[in-house]
Parts: sequence; structure tokens; C-alpha cells
Amino acid sequence: MTGAILEFDRPIVELEEKIKELRQFAREKEINLDAEIANLEKRVQALKENIYQNLAPWQKVLVARHPERPNMLDYINRLCTDFVQLHGDRLYGDDPALAGGIARFDGRPVTVLGQIKGRDTRENLARNFGMAHPEGYRMAMRLMRQAEKFHRPVLAFIDTPGAYPGMGAEERGISNAIAECIQTMLMLEVPVLSVIIGEGGSGGALALASGDCILIQEHAVFSVISPEAYASILWKDSSRAREAAGVMKITAADLEALHLVDEVIPEPLGGAHHDPDGAAERIREVLSRRLPELAARPVGQLLAARGEKFRRIGDPRIYLTGNDIT
Amino acid sequence: MLELFKKQKYVTVASDAGRREMPDGLWIKCPRCSEIRFARELEKTLKVCQKCGHHFRLTAGERIQFTLDEGTFTAYDADLEPVNPFHSTEYAQKLAAARQASGLAEAVVGGEGAIDGQRVVVVIMDAQFMMASMGTVAGEKITRAIERAAEKELPLIIFTASGGARMQEGVLSLMQMTKTVSALCRHSRRGLLYVTVLTDPTTGGVSASFAALGDIILAEPDALIGFAGPRVIEQTIRQKLPEGFQRAEFLRQHGFVDLVTPRPQLKAVLSRLLDLHRREQS
Ligand SMILES: [Zn+2]
Repeated sequence: MTGAILEFDRPIVELEEKIKELRQFAREKEINLDAEIANLEKRVQALKENIYQNLAPWQKVLVARHPERPNMLDYINRLCTDFVQLHGDRLYGDDPALAGGIARFDGRPVTVLGQIKGRDTRENLARNFGMAHPEGYRMAMRLMRQAEKFHRPVLAFIDTPGAYPGMGAEERGISNAIAECIQTMLMLEVPVLSVIIGEGGSGGALALASGDCILIQEHAVFSVISPEAYASILWKDSSRAREAAGVMKITAADLEALHLVDEVIPEPLGGAHHDPDGAAERIREVLSRRLPELAARPVGQLLAARGEKFRRIGDPRIYLTGNDIT
Repeated sequence: MLELFKKQKYVTVASDAGRREMPDGLWIKCPRCSEIRFARELEKTLKVCQKCGHHFRLTAGERIQFTLDEGTFTAYDADLEPVNPFHSTEYAQKLAAARQASGLAEAVVGGEGAIDGQRVVVVIMDAQFMMASMGTVAGEKITRAIERAAEKELPLIIFTASGGARMQEGVLSLMQMTKTVSALCRHSRRGLLYVTVLTDPTTGGVSASFAALGDIILAEPDALIGFAGPRVIEQTIRQKLPEGFQRAEFLRQHGFVDLVTPRPQLKAVLSRLLDLHRREQS
């Protein structure tokens, strides 16, 4: 771990450092410290369990935004082979905040899409912190139509604070781009699987989440607006973001309870940033189970089920019980 | 103070939606040119300032009155009340206040009526109700209106307005974007006409979903239309936005709106579009 260390991660990181040092010491001095090391490893395990099984919503936000959390390309490299990255919307430009291409998953060609944040300030500036412009969403549409033409499923990885709120984005029609991206995905005649792998922020995230299933990693979040903005707008106090995260129902477990996501994908103990390979394996298990099932469905059935799924989502009849409006 | 000037001529709007006495002699000051005029006079010009052309925001009731043939409107789902999914006391209070201020149960009024005798399903978003933010039930009412239009093979006109998402309803609010667009796909597959009229303000999730997907997109003059609010953009780029940025005319110039239609011509334009899409002639 080289990037920013989360406060609640610190005891884990420190202990892991200590184990590393002890191993080196044992090797150099040729003494056997196996018992001590095993003991410390047990303590790390217990710490991780204790911390990561009890993360508060705000802590999940921090984990979801962790600079070392694997991004879409990290997962593509682990889940797929033969990746060819494609660029540009054929209308205006190429958006470094939203990547896409073709790859092979479980032997089957797939189209992959997703927002990408940077690991450090330099890369974040280059990738605009994962906040896409209209050209990103228009490239996504182009690649989705291409996927349809070649009958290959689409895997979309979501990780963005939101679409970029800037002048160029408005001038080039960010509203139009997001709306059409949603529409394109809803009508696409191939299976579409969306995985929220980090921060699912607002309409910019939703644009890639209109497929046959919405999957979310255990410590990822999905929200209508950032907790900071929620606190700032509703309570006029952005310092209450921690509290806002609690009431907004943005964690994977909350979203599952609200029937807004189809499945929560477990993460290795300590979160995806502690073990990217383990995180990728768990995503693979879910995709390998769901993709062939969706791919086997006749198109008519696929689209009908997709329509029904979104018709049910947010149907107020589900939430009427216990409603305390007078 | 605009809510004081609601008309009571239309009668078919659900319950007492938007009905209130308009005392004679009340006056309104134009926010743009400061011209002061009697409310009744302003009503005659469809709430457009005669001097500077400023379009005052309309209530759902006024929109119905100015657009549909008299007495033709029937509301859908007028009794559908907002939900408070996370049982927030703050939100319950805001809803109660919004209902008090607007006389509406939600920010959306949907229903069926006629324009020059041509039947049409209309959806109107009323900014008086929590700035027409997109809640679960607002989305549900829009979705049901779209579905009825599809079932009845009728054209659809949505008058959009929205300050953004109904944050108090969390991701449920966000998901209304997908739900409404999904319903529009079904309406569109039947070859039916969908016209959006973007009114002040149309921002956030509404602008990035059904508002942007009309076969034909009209906008009222000077309406604020954009995804991000101007203040959010100014904070992000740390500079002031130029005059006219994100206004209807700006969107027309950038290719995202077909026509900017002054309110006095709006009914005639809608009527002609409906006529051009009459099904028996094709
Ligand atoms: Zn004026």
C-alpha cells in the first residue's frame, strides 16, 4: 500500500508491515520466527474481520473511493483475455474518463465499458477524476451498438463521482448523452451486465446501469448525489457528510434490501484494495454464472424481462407499508 | 407570491389541485423589467410580460387551461401520494409544506385531454411543488401516463420542469430516470409521437432522461435547461458563466432543441405537430 491510508485501515497496514519486517529479519538472521509470524497473521485476520464486517456507511464511501481500489482496467486484465481498447465517439472526441473495448470472457467475446478514475493526482487530472463528458457516453453508445451487431454481451463497470459538471459538457449536451445512453442500453438486443465497482454517483453512473442486472461489490456505493452534496444542500453543512451517508441508503446491503440491485458481490476480507486478485475472482464467479443464462435467452424474452425489472424498481407500492406521511 | 394567482376555470383537475380565489386588483411585478401589471391582465397574455416577453412559470392548472381545449382534461392517478421510503420527519414536513403551497399531492399532473379536438396524453410538472424534484411517485405518475398513452395509442406531450432529484428518496429517485425512459421505449415502438416542452427550470435527472428524448423538443423562451445547475458549474470551474448559458436559445443554437416557442404560439405549434402525425393519413 503506497497511497493514502484510511484511518481504520491503519492498524491492519501497520501489522502487515510488521509481519513483512519480521519475515525479512528471520531470513537475514536465519532464525525461525514462524510461530510469531503465524500469530501476527491471525491477528491481522481478526482485525480485518472486525473492521470490514462492521464498516459504517461513511467508511464504505471511503473504501469505495480508495485510490488503490482496483479500477475497470485492473478487472479487465484479471477477468478477460485478448483485450483491445477502442477509442472515441466518432462525433467529437475521446474521453479518458470512460474506457471501452472488446475482450474475451470465459472464451466468449464481450464488449466492456466503464469509467476510470486515476490512482494519483497526475492520472486523476488526465482522467478527469472519472467524470465523463458527453463523448464518453456517446462512445459507450457506439460500442453498445457495435456489440449488438456482433451479438456479443456487454459488461459495464461503474465507478464515477458523476458526469462532469462543466461548460463543455453542457455545450455538447451531457443531458442528451446520458438520456440516450440509458435508452440505448434499455433497448439493446444483447445481454448487458452492470457492475458497480466503486463509487456509483448520480446520473453519470446510472447511464451505464440500465441493463439486465445491476451487480454491486460489497463495499461499493450507489447514490443519487454525494453525501457531501446531500449534507450541503439539505442541511447547509457539508461537514455532515458522514451522517448523510448513513441516512441516504447507499451501501450494497441497503440497496439490496430496497431491491435496487440484483446481487451483492462479496469482496475479500479487508476490501478489494487489499486483494485485487481475490476481488476479481469473486466478480468472475458471479459473471460466469449470470452471463450464460442471459445469453441463452431469446431476445424478446430478454428485453421483456429488462423492461419489467425497471418497471418494478421504485414502484411506490413496494414502499407504502410503514409510510409515515400524513 | 405567484401561487396567489391561480385560476379556477379548469375544473377537472383532481381534488382542489391548484384552485384558489384570485382577489381582484392584485398586481404582479415582472422580475425582469419590473413592469407592474394586474394579475388578471397578465393572465390574458398567458402570463407573458407584454413589455419584455418574460415567461412567468405556470402552475399545472394554468398549463392545462392555456394548452388544452376547455373542459377536456381528465387527470390520471390524482390520488397517488408521495412516499417517504426512509421515514424522514424532515421530508414529511417538506411534503406537507409543498402540498400546502401548491394544492397538489405531487409535482406531476398527468392526464388526457384534447388540443383543437385532437386527443393527447399530457404530463405537466409543477415547479411549485418542491421545485418539481423527481420522486418515486412523480416518476410513477409519469410512467403510468406514458403507459396509458401507449395502450390507447395516443400521442404524448410532457411539459418538463425540475430542480433535480428528490434527494430525500435516495437512489429510488435516481431510478425514476430509467423507469420513465423504459416506458418511453414501449410508447416509441408503437410509432407514437412524443413531444417534450422544456420549461423553466428543467435540470438534473429529468433533463438527462425523458426530457431529452422527445421526437420533437420544444422549449419556452429563456427557460433554464441543463444537467448540472449553474451554481454547481460555477463552483467547479471557479468562474462566472456567460449570460444566456444553459438557456433555451443556447440549447437551440447547440442543437439540442428543435424550436424555442413563445407561449402565445405554443398551442398552435403543438396542434400542427399532432395533426402532422395523425395516424389515419399515413
Ligand atoms: Zn417584463
